[in-house]
Amino acid sequence: MNTMIKTDNVYYEYRFQNSDEPGVQAVNDVSMTIEKGQFVAVLGRNGSGKSTMSRLLNGLLLPQEGTVIVNGISTNNEELIWEVRKTLGLVLQNPDNQIVATTVEEDVAFGPENLGVNPKDIRRKVDEALTVVGMHEYSKHSPHQLSGGQKQRIAIAGILAMEPECIVLDEATSMLDPKGRTEVVEVLKRLNQDKGITIVLITHHMEEAVEADKVYIMEKGSIILHGSPEQIFEEVDLLRQAGLDVPQVTALAYELKQDGYPINKLPLTVKEAVDTMQNLIKGKAPHGSRGGLNKVPEVLYSEGLVEESEAKTDPSEAIITIKGLNHIYMQGSTFEHKALKDIDLTINKGEVLGIIGQTGSGKSTLVQHFNGILKPTSGTLEVAGLKTEGKHLKELRQKVGLIFQYPEHQLFEETVYKDIIFGLNKLQLNEDEIKERVFHVIDLLGISPKLLEKSPFELSGGQKRRVAIAGVLVMKPEVLVLDEPTAGLDPQGSLDVFRILSNLNKTEGTTIIIISHNMEEIASYCDRVAVMNKGRLVACDRTKKIFSKHEELKEYSLDVPKITKLFIELESLGHNLPAGVLTVNEAKSQVYRLMNGYSGGGY
Amino acid sequence: MVGNISLGQYIPGDSVLHRLDPRTKIIWTILLMVAIFMIDSWPEYVMMAAYTVMLILISGVPLKQSIKGVKPLLFILAFTAILNMFFTTGTPIYEFGPLKITYEGIYLAIKLFFRLVMLVMTASLMTHTTTPMRLTDGIEKLLKPFEKIGAPAHEIAMMMSIALRFIPTLLDETDRIMKAQASRGADLDTGNIFERIRSFIPVLVPLFVSAFKRADDLAEAMESRCYRGGKGRTRLKEIHFTRLDLTTTLIGLALLVVVFSGRFII
Repeated sequence: MNTMIKTDNVYYEYRFQNSDEPGVQAVNDVSMTIEKGQFVAVLGRNGSGKSTMSRLLNGLLLPQEGTVIVNGISTNNEELIWEVRKTLGLVLQNPDNQIVATTVEEDVAFGPENLGVNPKDIRRKVDEALTVVGMHEYSKHSPHQLSGGQKQRIAIAGILAMEPECIVLDEATSMLDPKGRTEVVEVLKRLNQDKGITIVLITHHMEEAVEADKVYIMEKGSIILHGSPEQIFEEVDLLRQAGLDVPQVTALAYELKQDGYPINKLPLTVKEAVDTMQNLIKGKAPHGSRGGLNKVPEVLYSEGLVEESEAKTDPSEAIITIKGLNHIYMQGSTFEHKALKDIDLTINKGEVLGIIGQTGSGKSTLVQHFNGILKPTSGTLEVAGLKTEGKHLKELRQKVGLIFQYPEHQLFEETVYKDIIFGLNKLQLNEDEIKERVFHVIDLLGISPKLLEKSPFELSGGQKRRVAIAGVLVMKPEVLVLDEPTAGLDPQGSLDVFRILSNLNKTEGTTIIIISHNMEEIASYCDRVAVMNKGRLVACDRTKKIFSKHEELKEYSLDVPKITKLFIELESLGHNLPAGVLTVNEAKSQVYRLMNGYSGGGY
Repeated sequence: MVGNISLGQYIPGDSVLHRLDPRTKIIWTILLMVAIFMIDSWPEYVMMAAYTVMLILISGVPLKQSIKGVKPLLFILAFTAILNMFFTTGTPIYEFGPLKITYEGIYLAIKLFFRLVMLVMTASLMTHTTTPMRLTDGIEKLLKPFEKIGAPAHEIAMMMSIALRFIPTLLDETDRIMKAQASRGADLDTGNIFERIRSFIPVLVPLFVSAFKRADDLAEAMESRCYRGGKGRTRLKEIHFTRLDLTTTLIGLALLVVVFSGRFII
């Protein structure tokens, strides 16, 4: 018996109790077979039925049609349901919400305790599980002292202690920073290779699927594609239609291939891409082919935000000036913590500024000074002509819109409309003005007017986030600060948010400040980037310059976009390519230049 | 924005008090509280205070920490004491209008104040030396005999430990929501009491929505990890009533008798 999971034509819909409304179909006709020891990735947009699928696998939900067989046991078999859950452990998305106990070791012990294992054996299993995930030294810690990545490793240890054969992770990495995500994925790979544990990783991070044995793509409750990563990522168009994306280097190769360059196999990793590009460059350009030359000018001018905005920013006009800013949390107590140290920074009117840095480097603390939520321990700030201390607080908060992580968690009103105008109500505007502003903003954000009278709690995740952003935009802020605006969104959702932001920046001239861990987003959309490390501002410069100093960034545990990495490697191999390439489009035009330069085209 | 609550937090250590069975500590805390309410004469006060200080010293919990624990309650303690000062009948020493301060009042107020301080200190000594997990284990075991008459011992203990687990998480969350709503123009600090309560709706609604979501998630996580109630469940750290518990109980009782010895002599 080598099959771990087998599902046959599984169907599930959410039905409303005491209501004649039709159910909402979540999973439709899903059949999959996962062999023991495989590492399987399931990809799909938010709301594609992935999470429902994970709950069907361990019998938290039972299929309304079809069957789910785990290690030879049907989840419909009520008597053996605990056997199923013992065999197949489930790790959920939110690291905070699945830890039961007040110390790490007692939480890991929770599973074995439920199984009635004797205390001596529990101790052994807990110690072993914590060692495997590299968290043994934290066994006496309280969960809220840990980082997100550490909490997820605890959750994995809690399942390991039950000695499962298979672990299913439902977007378990989506709320983590890059470091936490790497930690968790490393642990999973080790478990898969060393212990032969079957892993089913449900995610919308494409990079995590690259090394899987098998990939399933879900859309609207059904599996639309499955196969090896190589096969899957060939289908670039299909993936994009499903709201997903492919790794940057794959996208580059795909587009070059579309233009007639001889590329057989699309690369998935930077390493593979270096080989692909080397081969391509050696082979030179296809003379007189349908690609190349003709397309060059077009591509170069469509380069977009980065080049254009370099001219746009007028450095003479500052909107935020920070001098000698220090912030100390809980000064004088034993928990005293210096979060910001001597920050000097000038932010220009109309620019898009990215702030990067590891979790805990002070990014969020810094931006919370911009609208006076936090007061400087020492130093001064001047924002839009206002000092942040004193009695201008109300005016300041209208001029600076601050959007926190997961802003949809602040929604509270009965209707979307009321929620959007919450802040506006305090400005003493007349009814017409309020209406006009709301309609202007929902148009900008692509919120349908039909939603205005709905309860915000009925909306989908992406819609909720837009409503929360709308509530800030109606105040007509001059500066908009966003802390991780795309956290938890799928690739399509993230793209939408950034389109809205760059549109806002262009049409209304709003200064935009973005905190993000996603270097590809920062590289594509920001004019300048500020780098934070341990409470200090260590660099602030044009995006291109920042990302060309990749060695320095590595010191701060920061990465560069995959496409930038590819070009850095190619340059170091002696190819005539610039190191500071930031986007796939830019990369493409550089390749064209190089190829046509070789073939005598040039310009 | 939410202050740091350190009242009664567990302070790791390896003293005799740390090692005691939580049941012993719970029963002892109740016993001591009764004793504190019974003391009356000054010698008894002095001896009871000595007794409390001795326990704190044995526990290895810094005396400073113990005193700090009383601080947040100081206002309530002083308020209660002062009320007593005014509303005790006896020989007046100062009068203004209908208010009278009496000798007896002052005397009672001082006594009451010390009594309350000792109560708080003893109670927090228990939580200082016992992890919340062990404490709930102790409560579960103590309630076990009452399960036959329908007391949900296991459920109560489980609910308590989950509540303890989520207090820091929800405090963080409250802080975050308050900041976010303030950024949207919410005014949380001004206005009269009714306006202030109203202005907290934007904080409370999201907080409740999220708490329910967390509860939902947690239930799924617990079920996924084969949780099915207290039946057949074992524990990583079983609690045992040991010889240590017996001897400390006997010594403790003997000392308590000393505190009240004055009463037996007469």
